[in-house]
Amino acid sequence: MTVEVSLPYNKEYVTQFSQGLQEPQWMKDLRLNALDKSESLPLPKPDKTNIQGWNFTEFNHHVAGETIDSLDQLPVEIKDFLDEEEEQKNLVIQRNHTLAFGTIDEKLKEQGVIFTDMATALREHGDLVEKYYMNDAVHMDEHRLTALHAALMNGGVFLYVPKNVQIEDPIQAIFWQEDPEASLINHILVVAEENSSVTYVENYISNNKEEKTSANIVAEVIAKDGAKVSFGAVDNFEKGTTVYANRRGVAYRDSVIEWALGQMNEGDTVSENITHLIGDNSHSNAKTVAIGRGDQKQNFTANITHFGKGSDGYILQHGVMKDKSSAIFNGIGKIEHGASKSNAEQESRVLMLSKDARGDANPILLIDEDDVTAGHAASVGRVDPIQLYYLMSRGISKFEAERLIIHGFLAPVVKQLPVEAVKRQLTQVIERKVY
Amino acid sequence: MAGSTLEIKDLHVEIEGQQILKGVNLTINGGEFHAVMGPNGTGKSTLASAVMGHPKYEVTKGEILLDGEDVLEMEVDERAQAGLFLAMQYPSEISGVTNSDFLRSAINAHREEGDEISLMKFIKEMDATMNTLDMDKNMAQRYLNEGFSGGEKKRNEILQLMMVQPAIAILDEIDSGLDIDALKVVAKGINEMRNSEFGCLMITHYQRLLNYITPDHVHVMMQGRVVKSGGPELAQRLEEEGYEWIKEELGIEDETVGQKA
Ligand SMILES: Nc1ncnc2c1ncn2[C@@H]1O[C@H](COP(=O)(O)OP(=O)(O)OP(=O)(O)O)[C@@H](O)[C@H]1O
Ligand SMILES: [Mg+2]
Repeated sequence: MTVEVSLPYNKEYVTQFSQGLQEPQWMKDLRLNALDKSESLPLPKPDKTNIQGWNFTEFNHHVAGETIDSLDQLPVEIKDFLDEEEEQKNLVIQRNHTLAFGTIDEKLKEQGVIFTDMATALREHGDLVEKYYMNDAVHMDEHRLTALHAALMNGGVFLYVPKNVQIEDPIQAIFWQEDPEASLINHILVVAEENSSVTYVENYISNNKEEKTSANIVAEVIAKDGAKVSFGAVDNFEKGTTVYANRRGVAYRDSVIEWALGQMNEGDTVSENITHLIGDNSHSNAKTVAIGRGDQKQNFTANITHFGKGSDGYILQHGVMKDKSSAIFNGIGKIEHGASKSNAEQESRVLMLSKDARGDANPILLIDEDDVTAGHAASVGRVDPIQLYYLMSRGISKFEAERLIIHGFLAPVVKQLPVEAVKRQLTQVIERKVY
Repeated sequence: MAGSTLEIKDLHVEIEGQQILKGVNLTINGGEFHAVMGPNGTGKSTLASAVMGHPKYEVTKGEILLDGEDVLEMEVDERAQAGLFLAMQYPSEISGVTNSDFLRSAINAHREEGDEISLMKFIKEMDATMNTLDMDKNMAQRYLNEGFSGGEKKRNEILQLMMVQPAIAILDEIDSGLDIDALKVVAKGINEMRNSEFGCLMITHYQRLLNYITPDHVHVMMQGRVVKSGGPELAQRLEEEGYEWIKEELGIEDETVGQKA
């Protein structure tokens, strides 16, 4: 059964929106096709979480943001994401739905690296974007939310790294939802050509405690043969935003995709992070940390599916649950027939800080091949009293000891984030949410 | 008399409803080194854990006083701040917390707010102490005890001891699992602590440790009590003859705590 939802946005609106941005024809066609599909396709069905009544369609679709001339004009909450000591050479700041600030290292530009907001990318590199946009990783017609995404996409970045180019400095994108009712239907497309390497990190922030809106994020990461992509994120949407986040990677031969996701939203969130290990000897490491508080409901899925021989996947999910929040952590390691000598490992742990909170860790191994190795560890529990005792026996107060243990529990993602300021900012968010 | 005094009087302890300690009496003064020996399962670690306030151990009778203050009324962290320290037989592993962050928190917990140790001074002291203990520099940035070998954990306990500088320390089998070189290094560290103020109780099975750190007093535990005390020569005799002669002397058949005396 599908519940009828009529979209507040119709064909005329979408056509005009696309034309207003001077998008290529293929994009307009995709949008209209998707709009059509979005009415008939059902919502996704995340395991054990009913999202039927969640707000995915009520929002302000387009709000322009003012551009800024210098980073000094940013408010403190946004400056927090930037390293003070080291100037960020590759940076995009999106304010509501438009580019507010963008810079890229000249040397990278000369090497053919593209890093720009999606609207510009569609105008200037339309053919290149078309090759990958909702083609290899996420498909427009998977369910209502992917179709809605394709129809109404209103932000995002395109990052393209040519063959053999190794980018040392991290690439950073900040998505600043200044307007409390603005939606964010953000598309991130990262393409790393053969034997290239890149580290990308993104921050999401909004301020809407009362106002209701919705975010629909799709990130696609394509790692060609021998490429290495390290993807970091700190999601920090406020309470009023209902979030759908779909981050998906496709890894070809000998490539590596690493994810470090700090999922720190305050509102209801359904998040999937799927990596397809297509090529032989491809590798993925998917780490997520999350905190639930208040009456927040969240559902996280981390999935690594092995197609290539000798492919290696490691999933880590650590969640801290407070108050009356609930969260489901699904960890799925899937080995397809033919992916011999593959290895699928996962660890899901939930730390319960309140007796009214609910946390589930569901480790799932689906294996259709004999010659493989796989393992999982899962636990749901409270702070270990013996660990507390050990720390307190050194004079550390109970409060401080718990704090250390919780930060330690969430450290796997903090540690892996590339920019010092982003690490610090995530640590602050954790601190604020837990205490 | 200098330093602090730890008095343990008629201490009775239960764990999960089972009586383990059945009246331990022991006094440790500042400046003194005590050794507690005894066969496996006779209550040595239980004694140490009860003094520190391990959550699973319940004191059902008796007293523990530090300079006359009631230790049993104190939380675990307050006991440490009052000057007690326990090097544990099985230290916990804590993922995500670096050894160095933990040590700094421990040191600052012993200082007044606003008087925290400076980062520079801390690093200098930690480097120097790790040097004394022959510890690899990268141990500072590793997660607390995670994946440490048995010997590395023991050294790490002594590193904490030396940096925290407690008034009274209990060292529970600090020598077990150490190779002979490591034992010398650890003994050197402990001996550096030795002065007219510092009191120490070492739980050990072996004379070997006591060759390097000569105790002033030696106690033997059986059936959850101190059954015999003496000087260093007592440890010597135990090394040579084992525990049989004490059991005979006292008419003990089964020395473990499960038995009635
Ligand atoms: N959770 C428990 N439930 C019941 N008995 C316990 C529990 N924990 C410890 N004990 C018992 O208490 C007794 C004393 O243990 P303790 O650890 O104090 O011995 P010990 O003298 O330190 O021994 P060792 O030399 O082997 O370290 C042992 O018999 C042990 O089995
Ligand atoms: Mg013991």
